Amino acid sequence: MGSGGDNRARLLALYATMCRIRAFEETALAAHRAGEIPGPLHVSIGQEGVAAGVCINLRADDRITSNHRGHGHALAKGAGLQGMMEELFGRAGGHCGGKGGSMHIADFSVGMLGANGVVAGGIPIAVGAAQGLRLLGSSAIVCCFFGDGAINRGPFLEGLNWAALYELPVLFVCEDNGVAAFTRAESVTAGAGVLGRAEALGVPAASVDGNDAVLVDETAARLIAEVRGGSGPRLLHASTYRLTGHTSTDPAHWREAGEVETARMQEPILRLRARLLAEGASMKALDTIEGDARAEMSAARAAALAAPWPDLATAWDDVQDDGALQGVA
Amino acid sequence: MAEVTLIEAVRLAALQEMRRDPRVWVLGEDVARGGLFGQYGGFLDEFGAQRVVSTPISESTIMGAGLGAALVGTRPIIEMRIFDFVMCAMDELVNQIAKIRYMFGGQAKPAVVVRMPHGIWRNSAAQHSQMLESWFTHIPGVVVAVPATPGDAAGLLVHAIRSDDPVLFFDPKNLFPRKGEIADTIAPIPFGEARRMHEGDDVTIVTWSAGVPVVEDAVATLAARGIAADALDLRTLWPWDEATVAASAASTRRLLVVHEAVTTGGFGAEIVARVTERLGPGALRGVARVGQPRVPVPFSPPLEDALKPDATKVITAVEALMRA
Repeated sequence: MGSGGDNRARLLALYATMCRIRAFEETALAAHRAGEIPGPLHVSIGQEGVAAGVCINLRADDRITSNHRGHGHALAKGAGLQGMMEELFGRAGGHCGGKGGSMHIADFSVGMLGANGVVAGGIPIAVGAAQGLRLLGSSAIVCCFFGDGAINRGPFLEGLNWAALYELPVLFVCEDNGVAAFTRAESVTAGAGVLGRAEALGVPAASVDGNDAVLVDETAARLIAEVRGGSGPRLLHASTYRLTGHTSTDPAHWREAGEVETARMQEPILRLRARLLAEGASMKALDTIEGDARAEMSAARAAALAAPWPDLATAWDDVQDDGALQGVA
Repeated sequence: MAEVTLIEAVRLAALQEMRRDPRVWVLGEDVARGGLFGQYGGFLDEFGAQRVVSTPISESTIMGAGLGAALVGTRPIIEMRIFDFVMCAMDELVNQIAKIRYMFGGQAKPAVVVRMPHGIWRNSAAQHSQMLESWFTHIPGVVVAVPATPGDAAGLLVHAIRSDDPVLFFDPKNLFPRKGEIADTIAPIPFGEARRMHEGDDVTIVTWSAGVPVVEDAVATLAARGIAADALDLRTLWPWDEATVAASAASTRRLLVVHEAVTTGGFGAEIVARVTERLGPGALRGVARVGQPRVPVPFSPPLEDALKPDATKVITAVEALMRA
């Protein structure tokens, strides 16, 4: 990180990214409630500090894999906004032509190798992408986002062992919101948790407050420099809090009274805003960033609502080359 | 031309393709040591440890890492050691590899070959003998290849490696020692074209993989008894050569499918259904299937032999059809 003006610019960049993610997901939630977006919708409201703080350190040719709560990762990696919104709406202009939806957003043009509907599903893909990149002589790295629920699945243990074994350029990011769907992660996770497991598998790990986007940025910068330098994989454990339910239709009544209100005081956008104001940023400038993000997302929603549905013939496209249409007639 | 065993034929096919295309590489347990069956013998010395990667016993990640590597532009051969272990990698195969091209709107073509040596072999019992190829024909997004001869296995493997589709390649374990001719330069064999094993007008017999030598034996005996079978080796189950099978069945009006897999829910059911739909009711005088009963494969040699499809069972089924 730079200092002085450079530092201010970086904090503002983190702030802007988080505001865009927040505005995107709040807009998507509203559109979902209005019946404009079909299907399940998993938002990451409250967790934006992790996506913003990590991805600000990635190059355009670096790759990421994500999970079912992946809008933030995609936006922070630079995925095209309109393509994302239209994908949620199931429209022809979506990144996946409307065939994937919220859980399967991918934008290969910016190295976003896909969200994933299966917990831990992105981990083997990430380590393989790193192995493939090395075979091709690329210096790009892979960043693999997953949640605290993923560490109890086999691919987490296999994938970390694999990455350490072959010294692959992978940054694993465990975005720990403390809840696996509707279950407290700590109630289903034995032993030392993600840090202890990573270290046991030979993957050096660091833990940060994921709601402090600046701290996430600084720690990710250090770990990514090590990964880029050829030291093998690293793991970043970022603690955060999911301010909403598991899906858009989950009221999360199982939470204790006052829990969300307390957490709301620690959410990452509020915190970075307070820091920027304390360091002399103008409230007007910050309000403009927020307002611009909201306006951008409202426009994207309106455009998505007006966008054409996929041509029905596209339902048959991209199954496979050989034998795709056999048995249809 | 050279006469080689089936296992040597697939070794030569993969060798040829790895020499041809530096993006092709292989990952799986013990592949740097030549693989369980010697199908990668000498590869490590020629291509090095970056392209011949012996892996931990981590089937999920062998499969998923192959996919990830394909998404950035390499063309992996994913070796499952034996078929039955793919059950440990089903999420990566069914939810990820088979779906990703469609789900992502064509942004990625997962050009992987998944090699799964399958079938009954040397009394290996229930977890090392399965023939579940029909499962995979049910999954949109994948090719299912089930060769039975050295030439077919080599040519189909070459095509599989060059294909942008994910190809599930079922190496036939029990047929590895079988010999056949292969060309010095192995040409790709397209998917979906059956090989006619024997010409005849009396009955159509459709088979693949380990069913092929069984049908060869039966057809020879039937010929000596004056029954001429039109015998077809499908070679791939998706796509499959429906037109050739239907044309033959329309002519003979008797259709028998022989597979080593369990009969219930086997691909024979699909073949009979499609041919019937295509030709209409009454077109056939009789249909039958010969396969395993719906029982796990037993270990003890006499038990294994008792349940396995053999020439006698095929002949009995054909003679019953001839009376229809």
